[in-house]
Amino acid sequence: MATAPEITSIPNPERRAVITGIGVIAPNGIGTEKWWEATRAGQSGIGRITRFDPSQYPAQLAGEVEGFDAADYIEQRMIVQTDHWTHMALAATQMALEDAQFDPEGKDPYRMSVITASGSGGNEFGQKEIENLWGKGPIFVGAYQSIAWFYAATTGQIAIKYGMKGPCGVVCQEGAGGLEALWHSRRNILRNVDFVISGGTEAPIGPYALTCQLTTGRLSLESDPEDAYRPFDSRANGYVPGEGGAIIIVESADHAEARGAPQVYAEVLGYGATNDADHPKRSTADGTQLGRAITLALERAGIGADEVDAVIADAAGVPDADAAEAQAISEVLGNGVPVTAPKTMVGRLYGGGAPLDVAAAVLAMRDGVLPPTTNLDSPAEGLDLDFVTEPREAQLRTVLVNARGFGGFNSALVLRRP
Amino acid sequence: MRRSAVTGVGVVAPGGVNREAFWDTITSGRTATRKITFFDPEGFRSQIAAEADFDPHAAGLDDQEINRMDRYVQFAVAAAMEAVTDAGLDVEQIDRDRTAVTLGSAVGGTMVLERDYVVVSNHGQKWLVDHEYASPFLYQALVPSTLASEVALKFGAHGPSVVVSTGCTSGIDGIGYGHQLIQDGEADIVISGASETGISPISMACFDPIKATSRRNDDPAHASRPFDRDRDGFVMGEGSAVLVLEEFESAQARGAHIYCEVAGYANRGNAYHMTGLRPDGAEMAEAILDAMAQGGIEPEDIDYINAHGSGTKQNDRHETAAYKRALGDQAYKIPISSIKSMIGHSLGGIGAVEMAACALAIDRGVVPPTANWENPDPECDLDYTPNEAKRKQVDAALSTGSGFGGFQSAMILARPQELQEVGI
Repeated sequence: MATAPEITSIPNPERRAVITGIGVIAPNGIGTEKWWEATRAGQSGIGRITRFDPSQYPAQLAGEVEGFDAADYIEQRMIVQTDHWTHMALAATQMALEDAQFDPEGKDPYRMSVITASGSGGNEFGQKEIENLWGKGPIFVGAYQSIAWFYAATTGQIAIKYGMKGPCGVVCQEGAGGLEALWHSRRNILRNVDFVISGGTEAPIGPYALTCQLTTGRLSLESDPEDAYRPFDSRANGYVPGEGGAIIIVESADHAEARGAPQVYAEVLGYGATNDADHPKRSTADGTQLGRAITLALERAGIGADEVDAVIADAAGVPDADAAEAQAISEVLGNGVPVTAPKTMVGRLYGGGAPLDVAAAVLAMRDGVLPPTTNLDSPAEGLDLDFVTEPREAQLRTVLVNARGFGGFNSALVLRRP
Repeated sequence: MRRSAVTGVGVVAPGGVNREAFWDTITSGRTATRKITFFDPEGFRSQIAAEADFDPHAAGLDDQEINRMDRYVQFAVAAAMEAVTDAGLDVEQIDRDRTAVTLGSAVGGTMVLERDYVVVSNHGQKWLVDHEYASPFLYQALVPSTLASEVALKFGAHGPSVVVSTGCTSGIDGIGYGHQLIQDGEADIVISGASETGISPISMACFDPIKATSRRNDDPAHASRPFDRDRDGFVMGEGSAVLVLEEFESAQARGAHIYCEVAGYANRGNAYHMTGLRPDGAEMAEAILDAMAQGGIEPEDIDYINAHGSGTKQNDRHETAAYKRALGDQAYKIPISSIKSMIGHSLGGIGAVEMAACALAIDRGVVPPTANWENPDPECDLDYTPNEAKRKQVDAALSTGSGFGGFQSAMILARPQELQEVGI
């Protein structure tokens, strides 16, 4: 007989996945509570780019994490081996583990996993090294390029740092990847993993990465932050990119209970993912596939549309995409459900965006307050939804988070307060 | 429990750019490694690679697709078309809402990223690059998720779509992801696999400083030498493979040709080092044992092992140790091979290509060899099927992979129980 493995990845549908820890690095606040306070108050972290001189570029705004010093969280040896994107993830992981009051040391390594989302990997590190290659020659490319630039760097570094040997993963769906990472964590919880470091961060504010983003035609070219990222508004004109994100601890409900986790923020209850399968440059106002993702999420959660107390919207900021999302929400959930998009304060964080929205959703449930969508003064014609434009008190038990990614990705996640 | 049948196989690989040419290459023991022709490799430590002579028009792509898709996306679309045709699926008839796309890639769109970088930076002279020179689809190169988007678009697949990027285990993990979607009822058909085209200056330059690649530049045909005493690193390759996975009962009901089923899949982190491997192979052994446990498979049931076998000193030692640890004495009796000896190491793509080799080995009763195996290494003392293919009934094949980041993956493909009596 073969030796038995430490864990067997046969799904057990009885197992449940809950969120027990959050760590946030965001343009409007470092640390979960600082960020949440700013977000509830509608304070924006968007400004003119400072990471480099943006004067020559048509888009000059971004959500940058001001005052973040990797050395506050990570040893120097690790800082030089990794990109800014990984620095922020390692810092957020430390915060999330503290929040969950969980020390991986001495725990069963095969029951702990790391599953993160990535949009564009270590692109700033990559630009420096490719500059060395083409500007000076192959022998000037540093030894860490091979481990800092690729999309798996963050998951790999976290898993090694904390001794996690369970199923590890990296998912890429542009702006939708964060929800997929959380649901994939749940897939692994069903398969007998107990503790997953999930979520993700992104660092897309480098000259070459910005150049790449400009080619989609979806960035706002406005120079005043209040004029720039205005999803669902009649003056919507594109979006502003941002850096940072959130690391989210997804844990088996039994494990959280057995160890006496300090809090269970929410259960990861249902999820749906679809793809528009449409031409990448063609912006569509058709929300059919997003609507189907929402419907699938409700079905998997086993709840009716009337049980959704609020929606955290994807909020593309591009008129057609806003119309598609409004259509999907209104067709599946009706026009009465409150809809908000706190990412107007930070920009679109790609791989880090959906995890930050999940953090907003669970804290909104905890505190009974919906954060506002800033810059939304007058909804575009035909968008008849209950947009939350001022902080609003609300009793929330179930929140739906939408996330979409360039390339047709649609996803919806149902979170429920215990 | 819902099961996944493999009903279609498509391959783009060096030495021949479709499934049959690939099978012919790897069973004949021919090596497709050569001096790099895609760019002038002068000044690089490793100057050799296994390049695919791929013609996108001949593969059925149109001018607009060729214009907007990076080479690795073109490979995957071509492999997916071959696999879907092989499966006999009519995309107009299938439930495309229940059709998913799960594909792996380690480095994504680096070829286009580098091509445009050279222009916008004017040959690496500007940190503040000139955006006016960027080509219109450059963002698609920055985000590897484009791979899934384009394949979903090609077939109108509206189900879940994802790119899995776990370094050099991306290929196994891309297929494993699809298998889990079928198990969990999230999809009924999955276009799964991986693609990579990393024969470019920046990708080659990544591996030079860490001495991971071979510098047998004067003898490229014999440079990829997995498990041989004189191996000196891997040889870069490129390639893609797509397996069509279908929920088993529905595949059977429509009378599909079932190559095999996914009997087990597992991945683990080694929690050790981004590029280093623990000599005892403990975590890879765990992945193997998990995959076996899922399928109720004993060491005696495994007829073939398709090794990661990259040809680096540490990998081949690590993997040999993992096989012994997981399979005991049986490890000495199972034929093992590394097809990287012939088609190089296409990073995130190769795992899927190796799963395609396993599906074909089961289907056709042939174990492909390890080419260039000449001198035994005392630390690698198993049966690596040297140089010549072996006729053998294969009912279960194990494939393993290791990736930067500590990833260790294992998958077992097996002839389904109900089809075993009619086996070859």
